[in-house]
Amino acid sequence: MPLLELEDVEARYGAVKALHGVTLRVDEGKIAAVLGANGAGKTTTLRAISNTVKRSGHVRFAGKSLARRAPESIAKLGIAHVPEGRGTFSELTVMENLRLGGYTRRGPLKDDLQRVRSYFTWIDERGDQQAGTLSGGEQQMLALARAFMQRPKLLLLDEPSLGLAPLVVSEIFRIVKELNEHEGMTVLVVEQNASIALQAASDAYVLEVGKVALSGPSAELREHESVRRSYLGY
Amino acid sequence: MAVASLARTLTRTEARKIKPAPSWIVIGLLVAGCVFLAIGSLQSALFAQQTIAGLASGGIYASLAVALVLIYRATEVVNFSQGAIATFTTYIAWQLMQWGLAYWGAFFLTLAIAFVGGILLELVAIRPVERAGTLTVVIVTIGLLILIEGSVGWIWSAEVKFMPPAFPSRPIQVGGVAFTLQDLGTIGVSIGAVVLLWLFFQFTKLGLGMRAAALRPSAARLAGVRVSWMLSLGWGLAAALGSVAGMMAAASPTVLLQPSMMDTVLIYAFAAAVLGGLESAAGAVIGGLAIGVMLNLLGSYVSWVTPQLLLPATFVLMLIVLLIKPSGLFGRARVRKV
Repeated sequence: MPLLELEDVEARYGAVKALHGVTLRVDEGKIAAVLGANGAGKTTTLRAISNTVKRSGHVRFAGKSLARRAPESIAKLGIAHVPEGRGTFSELTVMENLRLGGYTRRGPLKDDLQRVRSYFTWIDERGDQQAGTLSGGEQQMLALARAFMQRPKLLLLDEPSLGLAPLVVSEIFRIVKELNEHEGMTVLVVEQNASIALQAASDAYVLEVGKVALSGPSAELREHESVRRSYLGY
Repeated sequence: MAVASLARTLTRTEARKIKPAPSWIVIGLLVAGCVFLAIGSLQSALFAQQTIAGLASGGIYASLAVALVLIYRATEVVNFSQGAIATFTTYIAWQLMQWGLAYWGAFFLTLAIAFVGGILLELVAIRPVERAGTLTVVIVTIGLLILIEGSVGWIWSAEVKFMPPAFPSRPIQVGGVAFTLQDLGTIGVSIGAVVLLWLFFQFTKLGLGMRAAALRPSAARLAGVRVSWMLSLGWGLAAALGSVAGMMAAASPTVLLQPSMMDTVLIYAFAAAVLGGLESAAGAVIGGLAIGVMLNLLGSYVSWVTPQLLLPATFVLMLIVLLIKPSGLFGRARVRKV
């Protein structure tokens, strides 16, 4: 069953059109990846979902149209968007960032904090540290932890590998897979690093100049001639 | 070359995001100031008395300054109507007392009215021009200043009224020094209000949401924070805090309840906020107290400083601080991405 459906979605920044009719779907419980070169519209696709860019077309989440919903109400519906550049609040402490993740929910956050600790063991002792003083990898993990605190049904991840060392990147993707398997979190991840994204995801979409050029199960795409040459480099 | 300069830019923007510890020079200066005041107070009863009186007016400047900082941090707008709003709400408190309410009943009712009024003002006057740019909004606040002060005169007439003080003006003796209860109460109420506000921002979910909205509106929205509502709330809280300053100021013998009563206070509060770095509430409090004490001591100990010279003296202090540390005592240097 599709949790998220995009149908013929167009988006623009002022006069510049960034998406020319993107159609994609993410099934519940799956990890889907959006691949593509710089400027292909990957980030814009996520923005179109969380309504942080001017867009038209159909965006449906769990059967509900997101057309007229403001970003904050989309967050409340159960979509956590971790934007490019991590989206942590560097002036706030680690703990405050986590509390902010639980902003849309009522009631105490104790259980959630406990669960966050089980995935991100280092977070506990760094609670009072300012998020801006964390390393890049830790900040990305904090962003992930904050999104997890939102208890989303769908996690939108924008280039989690950006500017991070390969070891850190694989650690992050390992956690994303765990969250997907153990917490049932559906994930839509945008990546330039196609090989790691294809490993983690079950389905993938390749964007080219604001359109889906290619799509299918990750295993098939990995074997696909043009994907191999353009994005995997062998 | 290009790579090196890019790396430099990156580290600099990164540095901007990290709150710096206030510099040691600033802390040293503050400690020195406190020691000076403490020794002076132990030496002379008059000095102690003047210091307390200075702290009382400083507390008033501080609370209005924090109100300014609150709005500045969220929108980078200096709200010139903050003083006029405080005046208006103080008249409301006066009116409530005329109608027979006891002081503290009127006080808290006024806080509530100011809070709601501040929210409405944001919705009606600021929201429609929000996107038009900082300068436009600042000019709107100047318009509000004129409008609100005018309506105060129109509703309650320009004649000076007597605002009952919250505390008796009876002096109490502490080790040979006479303090008025009113001064002590003013310090307590204005600083107490600021501390309460700080607790709210630090420990409640809503306060955290407001801080997030001020820091990074777009990321806050993604976390589910209704940023525009946070801005309205900010105006409400600022108006309530300003009304505390207004009610305390109106009872002091040097201000009196009149339509323009907060004009000078606003200038001192603005100076206090700038001294503190405009983005730091703690800086605004320290700036306010420092200005209050400095003015009072200058006025009573330096014979050629007449009351007319106090305002220029404030500007001289502000000028010196900004020349030495352009971002204010507790502000951080800003790097703007272009």
